Amino acid sequence: MRAPLSWIKEFAPIDRPVDEIVSALNQLGLEVEQVDVSGAEVSGVKVARVVKVMPHPDADRLVLVDLDTDQGGTRVVCGATNLVSGMMVPHAGVGAQLPGGLTLASRKIRGEVSDGMLCSSLELGFGEDARGILELDAKSTLGADVREMLLLDDVVFDLAITPNRPDAMCITGIARELAAFFDESFVIPKPRLVTESSAPDALSVSVEDPDRCPRYYAHRAEVTVGPSPSWIRSRLLKAGMRSINNVVDVTNYVLLERNQPLHAFDAQRLDGPGVVVRRAKSGETITTLDAVERHLNSSDLLICDHSGKPQALAGILGGLGAEVTESTTEIVLEAAYFERMGIARTSKRLKVRTESSSRFERGIDPDAVASSATRALELLVEVANGRVGANCVDVYPSPRKPEKITLRTDRVNQVLGTLLKPKDIEQALTPIEIKVKKNKKLSAFDCLIPSFRPDLTREIDLVEEVARCIGFSNIGRSVPRPQSQVGGLTPEQISRRVVADALVGIGFSEAITIPFVGPEALAKLSDYSAVGLRNSLREEEPFLRPSLVSGLLESLRLNWSRGLRLVRMFEVGAVFHSPLSEGEAPIETEKIGGVLSGTIKRRPVEDNRTLDGYDAVDAIRVIARALGLGVIKVASLPAGSGLVPMGVGYEITVEGQPWGLLSTLGAESGYDIPVFVFELDLSDVVLSARGTQDYEAPSPYPPTAIDLAFEIDDEVPAGLVSDTLLQASGDLVESVTLFDEYRSERLGAKRRSLAFTVQFRAPDRTLTDKEVGRWRAAGIEAVVNTLGATLRGVE
Amino acid sequence: MTIASITAEIDAATTSAVSLVAEAADLVALEEVRREVLGKRSVVAKIKVSIKSLPAQDRPEAGRLLSLYNESIEEALTARQAQLGGIEVSGVSVPDLSLGSHGLERGHLHLVTQVRRQLEDIFVGLGYKIAEGPEVEDDWHNFEALNIPPAHPARSMQDTLYVDLGAEEQFMLRTHTSPVQIRTMENQEPPIYVVAPGRTYRNETLDARHSPIFHQMECLAIDKNLTMADLFGTIETFARQLFDDDTVQTRFRSDFFPYTEPSAELAVSCVFCSGTGCRVCSHTGWIELGGCGMVDPAVLSAVGIDPEKWQGFAFGFGLERIAMIRYGIDEIRTFYDNDLRFLAQY
Repeated sequence: MRAPLSWIKEFAPIDRPVDEIVSALNQLGLEVEQVDVSGAEVSGVKVARVVKVMPHPDADRLVLVDLDTDQGGTRVVCGATNLVSGMMVPHAGVGAQLPGGLTLASRKIRGEVSDGMLCSSLELGFGEDARGILELDAKSTLGADVREMLLLDDVVFDLAITPNRPDAMCITGIARELAAFFDESFVIPKPRLVTESSAPDALSVSVEDPDRCPRYYAHRAEVTVGPSPSWIRSRLLKAGMRSINNVVDVTNYVLLERNQPLHAFDAQRLDGPGVVVRRAKSGETITTLDAVERHLNSSDLLICDHSGKPQALAGILGGLGAEVTESTTEIVLEAAYFERMGIARTSKRLKVRTESSSRFERGIDPDAVASSATRALELLVEVANGRVGANCVDVYPSPRKPEKITLRTDRVNQVLGTLLKPKDIEQALTPIEIKVKKNKKLSAFDCLIPSFRPDLTREIDLVEEVARCIGFSNIGRSVPRPQSQVGGLTPEQISRRVVADALVGIGFSEAITIPFVGPEALAKLSDYSAVGLRNSLREEEPFLRPSLVSGLLESLRLNWSRGLRLVRMFEVGAVFHSPLSEGEAPIETEKIGGVLSGTIKRRPVEDNRTLDGYDAVDAIRVIARALGLGVIKVASLPAGSGLVPMGVGYEITVEGQPWGLLSTLGAESGYDIPVFVFELDLSDVVLSARGTQDYEAPSPYPPTAIDLAFEIDDEVPAGLVSDTLLQASGDLVESVTLFDEYRSERLGAKRRSLAFTVQFRAPDRTLTDKEVGRWRAAGIEAVVNTLGATLRGVE
Repeated sequence: MTIASITAEIDAATTSAVSLVAEAADLVALEEVRREVLGKRSVVAKIKVSIKSLPAQDRPEAGRLLSLYNESIEEALTARQAQLGGIEVSGVSVPDLSLGSHGLERGHLHLVTQVRRQLEDIFVGLGYKIAEGPEVEDDWHNFEALNIPPAHPARSMQDTLYVDLGAEEQFMLRTHTSPVQIRTMENQEPPIYVVAPGRTYRNETLDARHSPIFHQMECLAIDKNLTMADLFGTIETFARQLFDDDTVQTRFRSDFFPYTEPSAELAVSCVFCSGTGCRVCSHTGWIELGGCGMVDPAVLSAVGIDPEKWQGFAFGFGLERIAMIRYGIDEIRTFYDNDLRFLAQY
């Protein structure tokens, strides 16, 4: 909403510095997004008449314009497309000044001399319309100063009005707020309409759906359509609207001034004087003012003429059929109150938002419908030769009952933490036209809510009004300390921090990736039931990630593309899968994933080291240790399975339970160096294990270690051999460590020698060789018998 | 080629290699020697190829000689490397530790995580707990219970991303962390003091200024007798702690959120210019951080809490925004590129 200060002052004498007004508006919740003051810098811009428009000999997009000025003929080069001969335009000739300190000089544009330039409204410091040259009133005097004519020496506040403040969507509403803030008077002059008995006023209005149209006011008027006077043009311009003609401009002027959308129908183009307000029939169409055919359904509301022909999409946009044009001689002026939700639904479905629909959606003042219409008629008499008959039609079968709300002084102070007295509350609410009456019984007020504030329906709404009016700066500061609890993180939340810190400690950095994937990335992952997005703007990525892997691989590629070849990253986050049955929410699971690849530079201290699958296993072990989980195992998966089926997959189990997957990717997946990715479950079950282990006293006695080496087929994983040893070696075995892998011709192909150290320790004594010998024999027997190994000579 | 000639060649190569190693003047030269005597173009590499042409019974002996060569040369290289790596200090040879390292590095937590932890810790210090909720939400928790009924104008303020499960607009990616408020109040009797940090979604494409994801933190306190003064005081305390500056001022301006009333926009005095105006605060002296207000009675009623008995406050703000202000990061996209050089700065 753009509000010129000069217009506001018509209703309240706000004579304050601009920054004070800005600060007041902001405090009141009418946020100032921008202040335009630059019109004041305009000087020397004068009215000129376009004589002739010719193509530029050397530029397709430019034209040469011959002008008539008070100083005689001149010529400018211009890029606008809306120029026609006879048009009155603002001419910034040589020496004229425009906002931003621009002083015009004569210069050549593509070989043609231009005497300054012609101006759009934007170039004059107001409005947002840079598309065409501003068309001035045809009756303007040649050579008149445009700054004075359009009252450019003004201040315009561009306000962001929140959806709960319909009353602030107009100049009078803003003036009312400012008057209350600065303790100034505020008056909306009562319109004075001079009617003429000879003017035709017979009119019939039939409202078939009073729920959707609680009030409909109509009045006939004879008019002479033509350009608006400069003062109306100027105000519309500064408020960001284009001037169309005097009749349409008046309806827009009143909309801006009083928040009442109005519509003027060409009476001659209606079938008889009057309208019918009804629901559309399913499949019915209307061609609106923007020449678009709209397809309607039975929830849309129409204004039709008596033949049943749709003439307007109620509260949103007029129809092309009864549009006011230059040949219009008589109009039917509509001022109505339409139900909010109905307008919102149709506007949303048809994707049409207009100045009118956005106001009806928020809720206008139902009691101001007639007076706003009268104001428009008053202006039509003034600027469009209006002749208005005495009678109108005002269908308002159930007038709004005044809203009465009880406001307790105690409640105000309880919510705000203030010590306000009843008189403070009275002083706060009265200037914004909330009538307060003391209710002695309750030590409260009975508040009568004005009809322009449909947002005030509850006691708490009035508490907010009090807070707004006394100012938030008058509310104190205190810090509550919970008596009921001690602050802190849950064990799971602490685990999440511990695991991230552990990975950071071994060189991994944390990534946060965009959790959407496209079909191509999805196809590379395991067969997940990914959840689709209905309306994503990222059309190339229409799924929620079913795995952290694709995001991590994308981050890896980004780093590679920037020349960073050593990458170790992890991410903690949710992944999503389709629900098991209909109507349920998607399954959301927390995971921790990692990606690693590249070479650690160590030269010249020692050789460089290229990251391999064992680094991935290390990372997984570190995660397990950080979470207090038990022994992890890595087992290879059949080809074509795992995280990324194209690579080589492994399953990670922890204490025998599946925990996650690890994949190694290489040339087969399009990577020139090996890449390792893993993903592990991080649900609450996993996060809550940490710190739950029972204490085991470290034994003070020395360990006894034996070394065993086996010759064994490659198919038997080393992990299985050490597990078998661990299980067979009795209760006092402390650890089984693989210390050598050896191959030779003598062993033969696909066979290797694996050497282990098995260490024993008792909590209460030093072990004897005899005891250890028993377990040694049991271990050897288990490995030899169950795994087909042979024992080698032991050093 | 016979086993005798190979033995002779290896002997010669050993002699030559040992002297080359001994003559290497520094570590760079030593690297070159290593390539020359053990690399693909070395004499022994050629010998290795020629072993195939030996009679089968001689091959193991040739292999043994070659591995002997490798072992002894590696040993010589390592010894020479140790010599060269050391420097003379006061007449004693010590290793030159300025040469480099084993290449161990620590990684870095994402900046958003660091900011999140800092904020969590501030609120833990004030006695709060951390609440969590799902990222895919239903209409009730994301909108309806927060006093945002269907067709409410506030819904048009948010570009909601809906999940496609066949049915009509049933589940969505949460547009704010406020649904965690609702879940907390549904599951816990007051008093409630929680903050809810987490990921939120908007239907945007990723560019310098927009992102389909960002992170918020929401604070909710419900107790007997909590007031707007408590809200303002808590925010002021938090802001001073966040910026580690006791002179930070807070400013509140009337605003509108469906789930709080009264509602306010919250801003803090610019910590970079102390409120005199600079680039960070767009020369206003103030930095807008987020929104706040007293929990709307309709929200309390929706979760079965009596608004006459209990009242509370809520506020929320964006974690990326705080990080951007604190560190002068100008593009939100930076957070999701995961460029390791960015991550390593914090």
